[in-house]
Amino acid sequence: MDLAPILNGFAVVLEPTNLLYCFLGVVIGMLIGVLPGLGPAATIAVLLPLTFGLEPVTAIIMLAGIFYGAQYGGTITSVLLRLPGEASSVVTVFDGYALAAKGKAGTALGIAAIGSFVGGTVSIVALSLVAPLVAGFALDFGPPEYTALALLGILLVSTVSSGDRVKAVIAAAVGLLLAVVGRDSFTGAERFTFGNLDLADGLDFVPIAMGLFGLGEILYNLEERHRAAQAPSKVANVWPSREDLRQSSGAIGRGSVIGFVLGLLPGGGAVLSSLAAYAIEKRRSKTPERFGKGAVEGVAAPETANNAAATSSFIPLLSLGIPANATMAVIFGALLIQGVTPGPQLVSQEPELFWGVVNSMYIGNILLLILSIPLVGVFVRILRVRATILAPITVLITLVGVYTVRNSVFDIFLVIVFGALGYLMKKLGFDPGPLVLAFVLGALLENNLRRSLLLFDGDPAGFLTRPISGTLFFVFLLVALLPLIQSLVNRRRAARRDAHRDTKELV
Amino acid sequence: MSSAHNGSSHPADPGGHAAAGAPPAEEPEAPGTLHELEEVLHHIEEEDRPPHAGPLANVLVALAVIVLGAAALIGSWRLGVGSPAAPQAGMWPFLISVVLLLLGLALLPLARRTADVERFTRTSWLVLAGLATMVVFAVVIPYIGFEIPAALLTFAWLRLLGREGWRLSVIASLAVVIAFYLIFVVALSVPIPHLF
Repeated sequence: MDLAPILNGFAVVLEPTNLLYCFLGVVIGMLIGVLPGLGPAATIAVLLPLTFGLEPVTAIIMLAGIFYGAQYGGTITSVLLRLPGEASSVVTVFDGYALAAKGKAGTALGIAAIGSFVGGTVSIVALSLVAPLVAGFALDFGPPEYTALALLGILLVSTVSSGDRVKAVIAAAVGLLLAVVGRDSFTGAERFTFGNLDLADGLDFVPIAMGLFGLGEILYNLEERHRAAQAPSKVANVWPSREDLRQSSGAIGRGSVIGFVLGLLPGGGAVLSSLAAYAIEKRRSKTPERFGKGAVEGVAAPETANNAAATSSFIPLLSLGIPANATMAVIFGALLIQGVTPGPQLVSQEPELFWGVVNSMYIGNILLLILSIPLVGVFVRILRVRATILAPITVLITLVGVYTVRNSVFDIFLVIVFGALGYLMKKLGFDPGPLVLAFVLGALLENNLRRSLLLFDGDPAGFLTRPISGTLFFVFLLVALLPLIQSLVNRRRAARRDAHRDTKELV
Repeated sequence: MSSAHNGSSHPADPGGHAAAGAPPAEEPEAPGTLHELEEVLHHIEEEDRPPHAGPLANVLVALAVIVLGAAALIGSWRLGVGSPAAPQAGMWPFLISVVLLLLGLALLPLARRTADVERFTRTSWLVLAGLATMVVFAVVIPYIGFEIPAALLTFAWLRLLGREGWRLSVIASLAVVIAFYLIFVVALSVPIPHLF
């Protein structure tokens, strides 16, 4: 393995501007993690216009910092208020809040910070080793492989996303349709523009992401009943005892591995891995009854796993060019805006960008550890800022920000329309994540599909005869049909159980 | 006692079934399996939300998807579909529209079972009001600059949507506009329309 580009990457990170933006990113991430309301995808979307004037490396370093910083911050509200700041910290509520009730809030926060740091660092090391290998393997991918990969990625993200699967795939299909709007790059025909000049160049990614994630979430939160946050003003003794560390070391180790592996899978990500890590710790434990009543492992495992997953979910993006979740889709969009197309050639063609971003995560995790152990009191005080005050500020940042991208009032209207759509989607049970992800991959998918068809002289069977695209399509069918098979099996099993119960009751 | 028998004769069952049938004297345990955890997560997320809507709303949602799919289908057919060997501009949107239409039809039979559509309640008017403030902002900004509409928007969100006090609303909206002016106009010199 060639070490020179990796060391160069550190030189990139240590440039003062990049260090500053890394710090800015993790602080913003931690803040939005602490403040319930906006998630990392929404925050990154809202801040997209801010990254336009920056170098690509600097921009992505900051946006990545927001993402993994949010995983640290989400813990604080879970432990202190029983109010998860992020979905990936929901399981931490069970044992974290129980510990806080026993007066051991500091222990819970300390263990979570240490676990997050270990999980994050293990995942970065693994990322540095795995991503170039995957990228090297994918360099030979042609249009058919990319078609299959993009389709599989979209389907996986939709099926694993929260909520109804059918609805998630519908959202993805709408995203693909929105990507069609504008002039067709092959034939020059105008598609679904309705004669509107502003639509001829297609819909821009920024207003869609800002509207669906940013405004959509704020509007959706307007209907929430606000619970008064009663944060304790002081958190004592954040350093966990040696006994606590010993007890949770196994959970931290396993959490790192689970998080890394699940983060790699499209749709896996931080939420799923935190749930899986908690479930596994509870099953392995000799004293499972302690879980839910203040077991340190119950905090250590999910917090380690969600951070490891947040880091490893960069691998599919940086090595294949396929975003693995909604946040990665926004970062994908940010890279495209910067004129960088993420894909297997990124490691070799833009080594400074690749290693700069990867290595910045070491620095970011160290900064977060410093921020979250000694400075936890500062963030606890921030809990008193009310969502009602933040909402109008975020709305203004969105409206002004989207205007500054192209100096276009049309874009302000566009972001409002997508804000309304985002609200309606959440209200009606559609996850907006798959829509944004499919939109961002839409053009790539269509181009590769049409180039493949040219390659095969119009015979779709060509996809199945190539080994890699054939395998990917087979997995695609498996994932698509699995829910159907599962529900059939479940129904049969339920019928048999009912029959069983009936005979027993007769006896 | 039948619950214990059931539990032991079906070892593959998730713990939830056994726990549900257990005698009530036992203390509730923290959820253990992945499936249970996902349900708890769902529950926590919905704690402060309006109630679910009935099957009629689900049918309407499915119909909306079907109409959208059909409209896109007609639109892409008009663009010209072509053949796989010589695809035209409408081929790709045509394929997506077919999938959309089929998925919309698949939602229909699920209408009775799904419970993820929220009812529109009186608080939904707040959302409409919020959208209205944004539309007004976008309409007037080319003529009178961003300062006055931004102050009014912040004030409306704080006082009317957020039910904050008068004094805080006035001071905060002025402070926000001044901060935005300093950041966007003075520091970044962004060409956003402004009065001063």
